[in-house]
Amino acid sequence: MTWIPPLLVAIPLLAAAVIAGLDHITPAPIQHAIVLAASTATTVLAFLLLWSAESHEVVHWFGGWKPRHGLALGVDFAVGPLAAGMCCVIALVVTLALVYSLTYLHQAARLADALLLVALGAMCGFAMSGDLFNLFVWLELMGVSAYALTGFLVERLGPVQGAINFAITASVGSYLFAIGVALLYARTGTLNLAQIGQTLSHGRSGGLAIVAMTLLFCGFLVKGAVVPFHLWAADAYAVAPAPVCAVLGGVMTDIGLIGVARLYWTTFVAIDPGHAVGSVLLWLGCVTALLGGVMAFLQRHLKRMLAFSVVSHIGVMLAGIGLLGTSGLAGAELMFLAHALLTAGLFFVAGVLHADHGTIDELRLRGCGRGSWVPAAAWLAGTIGLVGLPYVGIYLGHALIDERAPGWAVAVLWLGSALSGAALLRAGARIFLGWGDPDDPLLGKPFDENPHQHGVVRPLLVAVAVATVAAGVVISVVPGLGQRAEYAATRFESRRGYAERILYGRPLPSPSPLLIATRHTSLSSLLFGAGSAVFAAGLAAAGLRKRKEIPAPVRVLHALHSGVVGDYVTWVIVGTTVTGAAWALLLR
Amino acid sequence: MSYLPYAVAAWICLVGIAGIATSKNLIHLAVCLSVTQSASYVLLLAVGYVKHGKAPIFVGLKLGSKAVDPVVQALTLTDVVVSLAVIGLILALALDAHRLAGTVDPDRLHEAQG
Repeated sequence: MTWIPPLLVAIPLLAAAVIAGLDHITPAPIQHAIVLAASTATTVLAFLLLWSAESHEVVHWFGGWKPRHGLALGVDFAVGPLAAGMCCVIALVVTLALVYSLTYLHQAARLADALLLVALGAMCGFAMSGDLFNLFVWLELMGVSAYALTGFLVERLGPVQGAINFAITASVGSYLFAIGVALLYARTGTLNLAQIGQTLSHGRSGGLAIVAMTLLFCGFLVKGAVVPFHLWAADAYAVAPAPVCAVLGGVMTDIGLIGVARLYWTTFVAIDPGHAVGSVLLWLGCVTALLGGVMAFLQRHLKRMLAFSVVSHIGVMLAGIGLLGTSGLAGAELMFLAHALLTAGLFFVAGVLHADHGTIDELRLRGCGRGSWVPAAAWLAGTIGLVGLPYVGIYLGHALIDERAPGWAVAVLWLGSALSGAALLRAGARIFLGWGDPDDPLLGKPFDENPHQHGVVRPLLVAVAVATVAAGVVISVVPGLGQRAEYAATRFESRRGYAERILYGRPLPSPSPLLIATRHTSLSSLLFGAGSAVFAAGLAAAGLRKRKEIPAPVRVLHALHSGVVGDYVTWVIVGTTVTGAAWALLLR
Repeated sequence: MSYLPYAVAAWICLVGIAGIATSKNLIHLAVCLSVTQSASYVLLLAVGYVKHGKAPIFVGLKLGSKAVDPVVQALTLTDVVVSLAVIGLILALALDAHRLAGTVDPDRLHEAQG
């Protein structure tokens, strides 16, 4: 099955090239057919890959340049169950977004489909790559298509500014990453991840490896919208069309976290005998979860609100990875799965609202959604799934992360989810029920809106939204999924197993059969999940009350998200310096 | 091995980032961005440099003679190509910003905030 991994990249990229190249002579229906065929084929192949990666890593060496005597000569794709599962989710969400954009982006431009396909290929390539420099190239390819998609509607200033802020901040992150690649290559003399891990495990750790790790991880964290690198995210997601947001917020942001996990467990685990790297990641995750939640609560623009809700869930996932254990990583995986579908679904519902009313401003939409019961139900279900009510949506992932996290971190992470859930609940109540005050100074100023959409087929949009949310809601109760995630995490975390498989082609011991049952969670997780849901409902109700004054800290938070790209880059540098200093102290 | 190229790379990177952080003009900002990236070119080439090494074109070279690392040169070239796309896109967006807002000063674009 080693022929599958390259196809996951080649099919979408080729289809994108065909569409872009023949744009002026191909009629729209044929283009749509090519787009959907390509993304569906990619999805099917991704599931096939998941099936065949079950027992051992599927390794593809490009051009047949296999390693000789344990020395990597070529460039490889190495896919275990985790990477294959990621590809499945990515391909699924992109396919849904493409179906959604059939009529939604119809007039804006057809080339958006091609860009979405490029993003799909790049994300799959990133998830599968076993080569450090190729990670950088996929990261950049993903970035360029995302910047272009963000700034797609160039008739308005909002999208242009959002795209500029996104492009510049993320590029600075990529350049940090590139410098990290150069340093790590200088230290180890190889670009293959397995080989780098082998080399690092033999020598002294040394300062250079720590500097390289800081730059590489911070490059990923910029893409992953982790505080304080997150500032671009809301600007970009607020202005991109809904299906693009679903892809950016649902899967592309999380890609940065996979990068961190992949690099850590293939390479840097070798210089981290005391697991000191994880504590910094755990801290960053907690701060991100909390700040993302608070900021989501302070938004009136639904897509900005969702963007900050993405940030808060990213924080929870980063904390899960930062625990550096099987259950934490498995929790992050499950959370990614549920969060990708639910977030995409909520962005789709926001797109329906935009198509209906020409705005997605919570206050302007007050009471506008009365009577549209299906979108209302989808919004409510998605919100409950993101709050983490026991056995709904992200709950299982959250609960697995709880198992190993220290008590304070558990409380902070649940608080973050509750805050962002409260924001979404409040918006839902205001829009679909007409509850609450028509004005709220807490939520800042209104935004420039994209023009009204014409020619959308509303039932199609609603159907895609409902299907996506429904798939996300049931993730926690799918029998066997929890056990599978834990098995994938065990495989992912074994640096030695990975290196032997890649460099020597040794087979792994065959896995014991996995249980097919809903995974049980601890009592405290049940209580936290239920408490978070109650807290979110209460906070949402409080958010609907009439308010005259805004507290000073809120003003500071709004001012920090200034929309000026120079500030964002400064925060990137500050964040990199601080995390680097922390790692240098801890790993000395 | 001289430390000068590494110092130069660090200096270029810091100067570029300082330029981005304080820039009042999107075009200037795009140039600063490419300055920042050239730090990684200098660094890569410094990493692969071998004293008295020949260019890594092995036609007509004696077996066993020293050559500089060809991998970093390939990486640098890829890096250049990648940055071309990004800079091109940012310049196009800067043009759009000028068309819509009449300014290319990022401090005076006020759409995204809060």
